[in-house]
Amino acid sequence: MSGFAIVWQNRQEMLSGFANTVTLSALSLIFSLVLGAMLSMALNGRAVFPRRLAALYVDAMRCVPFLLFAYFIYFGLPAIGLRMDNWISGLIALILYNIAYMAELLRASWRSLPADTIEAGHAFGFHGLGLFLRIILPPVALAAVPMIGNQTIQIIKDSAFLTIIAVAELTHAATSIQTTYFVPFVSFITAIALYWMLCMVIETGVAFAGRLAEARR
Amino acid sequence: MTGYDVYSIFKGALSTISLSLASIALGVPFGLGCALARWYRIPVLSPLVISYVSVVRATPAVTLALLIYFALPDVGLSLDAVSAAILTLTLSTGAFNTEIWRGALMAFPRDQLDSAAAFGMSRAQSLRLVVLPQVFHAALPALVNEMTLQVKSTPAVAVIGIVEITRAAMRVGARTYDPLPPFALALVLYSLIVSAFVIAQRTIERRREIAGRPA
Repeated sequence: MSGFAIVWQNRQEMLSGFANTVTLSALSLIFSLVLGAMLSMALNGRAVFPRRLAALYVDAMRCVPFLLFAYFIYFGLPAIGLRMDNWISGLIALILYNIAYMAELLRASWRSLPADTIEAGHAFGFHGLGLFLRIILPPVALAAVPMIGNQTIQIIKDSAFLTIIAVAELTHAATSIQTTYFVPFVSFITAIALYWMLCMVIETGVAFAGRLAEARR
Repeated sequence: MTGYDVYSIFKGALSTISLSLASIALGVPFGLGCALARWYRIPVLSPLVISYVSVVRATPAVTLALLIYFALPDVGLSLDAVSAAILTLTLSTGAFNTEIWRGALMAFPRDQLDSAAAFGMSRAQSLRLVVLPQVFHAALPALVNEMTLQVKSTPAVAVIGIVEITRAAMRVGARTYDPLPPFALALVLYSLIVSAFVIAQRTIERRREIAGRPA
């Protein structure tokens, strides 16, 4: 029982790790979603060269494990003269990695949008960015919400890898408490409970957005 | 990068492949068992499976590996790094496999079960002869997809000291102060492993199509 008392005494460290996990995941979600939407425009666009380039990027990211990519950003970029602290390079790795996944799932969702919606948009004089933002994006984004939710859970889980490059996120906090006081069971169970709570929040949000999408139809 | 560095990364690949295969070989039937427990609504087991899937789906493999490796000795079950790694990867892929099998089982037409019962088949017989062959076919693409994700989550066990591709490449990079060549080699190796799974899936699907065609 003393294990719980020790973790409770160190709740400050645990909670700041949790806050870091939430911040990292939220920032990666926002940036990768926005940039992924732009990449999906290239993936679905008519221009051949941007489309090939975007597809190459997506395929490459889908072959690399996140940890390898995080190492690549953390150790590889200083080699070409870009120096960052580990929090920032962890965030950049999360964003760049997930752009590809977001782009791919938005592309798939875009594919299932009936062509007549777009034709109707054309008939009403929408084109280019206006067509994308007003006609294509809303139904595509709503239809993609469950998949975006899954990917968000994936982002949260991937952020745990950043403990290996010493980013002070939740798993790192749990490890640090466990190595100081030797309470492995309680500290990791606490971390897992916090991850689980976070994912529950996301699943609730997805269910809520699902009802919203249903109401819009 | 010296020849020995390349050799050490290939050795890492060997452990990535064997860990992935071991966890897949254990995790796919384990997931099927869990899914069947839910499908047949087996009393105690079914809610247990629900909470297992919910928690493990939300748990990073890194955290799970740390929990299993460092905390299980507390309850008197001490595993060496390799068994802890296999247990971690099996549990994490098992949760996703459960959901895949369950999805395939839910889509299975009930009337086939009724007709199997009408032909006097026992539950076990209808499961083996009617349900599983079709459900396997329906679940295969998603299962292979999960296998490729599984290969990509093996670096999580580096945290408990397993040297697989990523960690081997990291070591070479740290020693030579030139991380890009080992990382490039690691990327190539991962791509090869992932594409092997995709090709295997296509081959199985083509074979089944030919076998399913009327003579």
